[in-house]
Amino acid sequence: MTRSPVLELRGLSRRFGQTAVLDDIDITVPEGSFTALLGASGCGKSTTLRIMAGLDRPTSGRVLLHGEDVAGKTAHERNVAMVFQSYALYPHLTVFQNMALPLTMRHLSSLGRMPLVGRLVPGSRVARNLIEKKVSEAADVLGLTDLLDRKPSSLSGGQKQRVALGRAMVRDPVLFLLDEPLSNLDARLRVKMRAELVALHRRTGKAFVYVTHDQSEAMAMADQIVVMIGGKVAQSGAPRDLYGRPASMGVATFIGHNAINLFLPDDGLHGLHPAADRAVIGLRPEHLSPAANGALEARLETAEYLGSEIILGLRCESGTEIRAIASGDYPIPAPGSAIRLGFEPGQLHLFDRQSGKRIEVTS
Amino acid sequence: MRRLSIARREALTDLWLAGPATTVMLLFVFVPVVIVAVLSFTDYQFGAGSFAWIGLDNYARLFGSTLGQRAIANTLTYVAIVIPLSVGFGLAVALGLHRMMAWAPWLSHTLRTIYFLPVAATLVAMSVAWQMVLHPSLGVVNQTLASLGGTPQDWLSDRGLVLYTLAAIGIWQTVGYNMVLFLAGLVAIPPELYDAADVDGAGHGWSRFSTVTWPMLGPTTLFVLVVTATNAFRVFETVATLTRGGPAFASDTLVYALYREGFVYFKAGYASAITMVFFAFLLVLTLAQFRIVEKRVHYR
Repeated sequence: MTRSPVLELRGLSRRFGQTAVLDDIDITVPEGSFTALLGASGCGKSTTLRIMAGLDRPTSGRVLLHGEDVAGKTAHERNVAMVFQSYALYPHLTVFQNMALPLTMRHLSSLGRMPLVGRLVPGSRVARNLIEKKVSEAADVLGLTDLLDRKPSSLSGGQKQRVALGRAMVRDPVLFLLDEPLSNLDARLRVKMRAELVALHRRTGKAFVYVTHDQSEAMAMADQIVVMIGGKVAQSGAPRDLYGRPASMGVATFIGHNAINLFLPDDGLHGLHPAADRAVIGLRPEHLSPAANGALEARLETAEYLGSEIILGLRCESGTEIRAIASGDYPIPAPGSAIRLGFEPGQLHLFDRQSGKRIEVTS
Repeated sequence: MRRLSIARREALTDLWLAGPATTVMLLFVFVPVVIVAVLSFTDYQFGAGSFAWIGLDNYARLFGSTLGQRAIANTLTYVAIVIPLSVGFGLAVALGLHRMMAWAPWLSHTLRTIYFLPVAATLVAMSVAWQMVLHPSLGVVNQTLASLGGTPQDWLSDRGLVLYTLAAIGIWQTVGYNMVLFLAGLVAIPPELYDAADVDGAGHGWSRFSTVTWPMLGPTTLFVLVVTATNAFRVFETVATLTRGGPAFASDTLVYALYREGFVYFKAGYASAITMVFFAFLLVLTLAQFRIVEKRVHYR
């Protein structure tokens, strides 16, 4: 399936004074995709989003919207919608007015926007009806119909988030940009809003670009993840590719619920793979479990029982810490006892010692 | 010794904290106000051994006489000119200097200091400078006017002009203060709101100002209005040093009349009546501003 790109960043760099925040970034956002920009704080993902929106200008490189260079266009002219981490609702306007603002700016002249005089401006009646219709449609989808007359200060975090989404939806943008929209919500609401966002994405059929530092959010929602490390794109691809074939040690440590085990050549675990004396070996805890004839032996230090599974903390002869996962019914031996661990050879990752780049396993 | 209950002890602590200040307030603010209010119904003169109750005569004299009416009218005119212009210029200067921070921070800081100088300087001393600047024949203003082909004016001795000259000096003196308050308000506006306005198409010029800046400055504006109004009503130093209410009471104001009647003619009763009227004006103005504006600036 080839989808034409909505937005492309080509060789994009951004410097603030001497510090390079973005260094030669290439990102393609296909039509209708849900792209997550994933990275630790300070990796440049928010700057990337601001450049996509037109709120910031790149130092060099090009931003293409539907193949057209939009360097000279403002955020509004690009017709992209953005949802901010802090919601950025206008506190003096009601929910209705907040959601209607992008439309009033587009459809009404500055005279037509005036409170009373505006009604007398020719054509404003039609525009007002149109705005009312679009806002109430969006409010309906988001369950905000009863709140339209309220001010933002009387809304809960989740409701504010919905209003911010509504303000983005009403204008029919070519692209939705979301800057950590769920990070101010509590854990339960966050999971609920995840599902709502995915549903909204399906409904609108528009491309979403979603900035987050939470890999599980990115994995759960996105069909394309762009991992950014230190102002560079470390890897981009489908969640499955990133998990199954991480391009570097950095990506491997970032992706995955449980932190990956990395064995350096100095750790002396040469039995794992023929290349173990030259390369770093990565093995996820969920792929490493107790087995009677396993290749690895380590002593048990801790065991966290989570019901469906048990996370084991172990230590090798050489002192290296290992984490492995056993199924929930595994009888936990006494701390200090030696356990043999086994794994599927296909789940093993090899990384270059110096560059951290992935080495393809040939076996 | 029996220990007091926790509630008692907390109440005692509250009394101990708030008590002294409250006592001083009552003694030195409320009691004098009551005394002044009582005096305003008498014909008491400073130093006199006795006084007589004359009811509302003092008030009748203030509102009935040409002099009293003129002082009230002059004060209201002065306030009506100074409030909007001082607040407006303060906001304009603050907006300009705030934007200048982005491309010329050094210049912005320097100008900020210059605008604030009149606030920090003593107005009495500044009045001497203004007297020189506005001097009919030697002053810079008239010389500039003459060189540009205009007609020199008697800024401080023309009966039709003097009040406006004083108002201009009043504005000059308060713009810096209002600017500083507005600058603080501008810094506190969350930048995401401007970003949101940019995305929504309200990112430029008037729409940016009316969508984000002005509403977010609401609380600041209320405070600036109250402070400016209070200061404008109290106009005294410039009148006392530059015109003494003249010529022919053309620049007489409430506080100057109060000073003249009370401290020059020692008519304590009449001066008290003027004080009460002055107090009432301030109270009404402040209450009105809070009532009308406050509801619209805190967005609940």
